[in-house]
Amino acid sequence: MASPDEESPAPTEPERWRDLDMLLSRPGNLVDANFDPSPGLRDTLGSLVEVLVVGAGGLGCELLKDLALSGFKNLHVIDMDTIDVSNLNRQFLFRVQDVGKSKAEVAAERVMERVSGVNIVPHFCRIEDKEIDFYSQFSIIVLGLDSIEARSYINSVACGFLEYDSDDKPIPETLKPMVDGGTEGFKGHARVIVPGSTPCFECNIWLFPPQVKFPLCTLAETPRTAAHCIEYAHLIKWNEVHPGKHFDADDAEHMQWIYSEALKRAELFGISGVTYSFTQGVVKNIIPAIASTNAIVSAACALEALKLISGCSKTVSNYLTYNGLDGTHINVSEFVRDKDCLVCGPGTLIELDTSSTLSEFIKMLEEHPKLLMSRASVTHEGENLYMQSPEVLEQMTRPNLGVPMFELLKGAARATVHVTGMAENNGKKVSSLRKLRVAFKGVEKNSKMDTTESF
Amino acid sequence: MLNLIKIKDKKKEQAASAGGRAPVKKQSAGELRLHKDISELNLPKSTSISFPNGKDDLMNFEIIVRPDEGYYLGGTFVFTFQVSPSYPHEPPKVKCKTKVYHPNIDLEGNVCLNILREDWKPVLNINTVIYGLNLLFTQPNDEDPLNHEAAAVLRDNPKLFEANVKRAMAGGLGSVRAVGLSQAPQMQSL
Repeated sequence: MASPDEESPAPTEPERWRDLDMLLSRPGNLVDANFDPSPGLRDTLGSLVEVLVVGAGGLGCELLKDLALSGFKNLHVIDMDTIDVSNLNRQFLFRVQDVGKSKAEVAAERVMERVSGVNIVPHFCRIEDKEIDFYSQFSIIVLGLDSIEARSYINSVACGFLEYDSDDKPIPETLKPMVDGGTEGFKGHARVIVPGSTPCFECNIWLFPPQVKFPLCTLAETPRTAAHCIEYAHLIKWNEVHPGKHFDADDAEHMQWIYSEALKRAELFGISGVTYSFTQGVVKNIIPAIASTNAIVSAACALEALKLISGCSKTVSNYLTYNGLDGTHINVSEFVRDKDCLVCGPGTLIELDTSSTLSEFIKMLEEHPKLLMSRASVTHEGENLYMQSPEVLEQMTRPNLGVPMFELLKGAARATVHVTGMAENNGKKVSSLRKLRVAFKGVEKNSKMDTTESF
Repeated sequence: MLNLIKIKDKKKEQAASAGGRAPVKKQSAGELRLHKDISELNLPKSTSISFPNGKDDLMNFEIIVRPDEGYYLGGTFVFTFQVSPSYPHEPPKVKCKTKVYHPNIDLEGNVCLNILREDWKPVLNINTVIYGLNLLFTQPNDEDPLNHEAAAVLRDNPKLFEANVKRAMAGGLGSVRAVGLSQAPQMQSL
């Protein structure tokens, strides 16, 4: 095998795009209704489409390379992490001398060096640090993440752009599709999320199995495994010895301390198997990453992104799983939407006069045929407008009851609010959480809405 | 989608001067679920709640338990709740701020309550946890101890346990530690 830095000659331009051009310039039975095959499509793809890749780790490196080689020329990549020596076996865009540098920045630079004409803008920060508006510029968001929390955040942002018309149909111009990849050892998934048409991440979040956690008292009293000893050092001993000091799993000194404490405890109880790398694994919840799984999942994601954007073929519908543990198995399942999903669902449309007060609004919910909700508590973008309970919050929010909703919602023509209360379901009153779209009668859709509503 | 993107691109140029839509902070599904939990709280008489960061931060709050029976009658115990955006997939993080002599709460404030760790399920809610905390004071459990000295005394000498609890509640931290230490030899003999 040649050394990794010894580059083979790059293919000439027309040769590099031969396969892509075939896909984009020929009709077929599986193409989208609006697909207009032409050799110029590749240029349109390159000039018009902006893609955001979230994560520049194992999957992210593959995704950037795959997307750049699939004709996308304007890419952004966001990642808060720096390169660790343990990444180098699979995050192939990085070299030893890159250790400590930003993953996003190095990955962007390396792909731009290799694929001419591609521009990649790196963002070395947390996804939450970006304004919501940052995400609106992208035609599609491709996810190479390793946590439920981060996926859930991006999903809520992308679904937040979605708007529905008065018949509860998604307005196509507001769609922000996502392709989500994920790997865990020899298993992986690629998933297509088109908010409003396919289930969003939140619709099926309950499918995730809960994390395995050990009872604290077992850790404190009767450890039986090496993991018990490590979690004891991590969760109990650390705070005892370092009160008030925050434990940082990325600090080698901290990890070394946990390891030596865990080892002491394991010896005390005659337990074997505590090693430094196992300690890291338990504390950081690490599952060994397999390079080939990343490559396969990323390829599937890049292809889905190309199909979604160009319409050159039908996308997977809508959840592809890969299992390389025992042979090779790929399956596609069709997940279904949660019609009451708080994140991607349309919610119930409520029309209000600008003079309607919060208490009149709450009264309306009791009589609204689709809701029949009593004792409603109301929240809007993190602000609690009225809380029925507990008493302290009821007192703090009571002054709002006499204030017009138009004022509480800061003069917006339309707004999304969430309400909880007792609502009727099959003749029974059950506690429910609902999304509402509030629209004010006679108020011009102001500039807040006109970029999307004017279509 | 390319057609849509083309249209959007044109519109973007036209709308550039008109000012785009103001971006808004999205509420996570976890925050909304917590809003539901809090608005439906049904606190037992012994319990009150406070929100140190005001009415709009429900993710951080305090639960104050004043047991109305049992060994801990007359005491006041403050618990901090930290709820993550992935709630209810993740349980809330609960710590006891009050130093307490208790078999299931250690001196660092760690609480050993099964539904806070191994038995947490997303169908449980904040109310369930609050009831669980109350149960810890009416029925301290010596079988799965976090403070093994206290557990051993509770098991072997409930009268002494009761006296230790009273002493600890009267004297605060210093006497909690003293009570703990004085019982240490007993634990080793077990």
